[in-house]
Amino acid sequence: MTEFPVVRRSECPFDPAGGYTALRQAPGPTRVSTPAGVDAWVFSRYDDVRKVLTDPRLSSRSAPSAHVVPGADLEREIEDGSILQSDGERHSDVRRLVTSEFTVRRIQALRPRIQQLIEEHIDAMLATEGPVDLLTAFALPIPSLVICELLGVPYADRAEFQARSAALVAIDRPEDEVARANDELQQYMASLAMAKIEKREDDLLSRLITRAEEQGAPLTVPALVSIGLTLLIAGHETTANMITLSTLVLLRNPDQLEALRENPELAPSAVEEMLRYLTIVQFGLFRHVMDDLPIGDLTIKAGEYLVAAISSGNRDETAFADPDEVDLSRNASAHLAFGFGAHQCLGQQLARVELQEVYTRLYARIPTLRLAVPFEEIRFKDNTLVYGVTALPVTWDR
Amino acid sequence: MDVTIDQDSCIAAGQCVLAAPDVFDQREEDGVAVLRQNPSADQHGATREAAVLCPAGAIELDE
Repeated sequence: MTEFPVVRRSECPFDPAGGYTALRQAPGPTRVSTPAGVDAWVFSRYDDVRKVLTDPRLSSRSAPSAHVVPGADLEREIEDGSILQSDGERHSDVRRLVTSEFTVRRIQALRPRIQQLIEEHIDAMLATEGPVDLLTAFALPIPSLVICELLGVPYADRAEFQARSAALVAIDRPEDEVARANDELQQYMASLAMAKIEKREDDLLSRLITRAEEQGAPLTVPALVSIGLTLLIAGHETTANMITLSTLVLLRNPDQLEALRENPELAPSAVEEMLRYLTIVQFGLFRHVMDDLPIGDLTIKAGEYLVAAISSGNRDETAFADPDEVDLSRNASAHLAFGFGAHQCLGQQLARVELQEVYTRLYARIPTLRLAVPFEEIRFKDNTLVYGVTALPVTWDR
Repeated sequence: MDVTIDQDSCIAAGQCVLAAPDVFDQREEDGVAVLRQNPSADQHGATREAAVLCPAGAIELDE
């Protein structure tokens, strides 16, 4: 039995785990053993990943990636208000309570505030002697401030939930540490939700409470906690890692970085290309098969599991020419980095605008930006659901 | 070209608005896609791209 590919080749830490190239050559999905202790069928080709993620016979109840968590409980109750793990109408009902907050137009309206935050954080970096850790000085605070302001979470509490959120997305922490982090986050969000129920303010959580009431189905505190934590954690762990990782990729591809600096209009296509190339939700999307699924000559039976390997689909040469090359001018917008189907990333427009603004300003304002340590010393997050670097020490000419 | 949007399956991802902003819009109350207007000849390419990008397969084109 083949094992699910989790180990990257050290010679290129930006490429997905080795083994996918061979899997894409196979005539159909491949059955593998997973760290969670169950077998799963891996779909690795672009077209197959897209197709399978839109199939209504699949359940997201262990989404996004329980298959790589040793000892994961795959039969856990789905909590009230779960956007990630609920299915069908239950999922669309809860998702539609927040979709108005993430439309193209509403997110565009946040652009000036995002620009202001970026300028302020670049100013603060440039005011130091350097070197600085780009992750803690820039990449994490910007998405963190944006999501806290949007949700109505006091930013002063951020240190508390950033540490706990890190424990939740790790796949190698002791079970009791994860459980404790989860309990503390739940308690934190529950007291915040109760405060918002008492006193509505101009923020997403308050509007969500009011919207559900107006629709005649008020949200319970546990449902509010689930929605709030999902948005808070997703808003932290993804964009921050994209900023640091893609900066590192650009520093390794100086011609591409130069092209972006010379031509800021490249930013939107650069963002899509970096999302495709890096696919930071690194272990793919795990699904339960609820009804027999005929695939060619094969039938995947109800009760079995599958993984849609989005990182592999994004490196499929039948979908993207020279997929292992970074080409900021290509049209990569059909990438799978935000997933596909009913669960495609709710915050994708926010991620796009944050990254576009970073790409437009950071490299232009610090043209001599470079690593402050040898590339070999950079540590990659091989054991978290969302890929990234543990720190990115950078410096510049003063 | 006639465009039909299945608003029940739309998940408000906004991909269609990015691909063809003159053809698609999103409802204020829930982000569900609506048609601004049937595409003119020069918008056909962008409209086809929107249909391909839609994660819910909610856009149907009749050409």
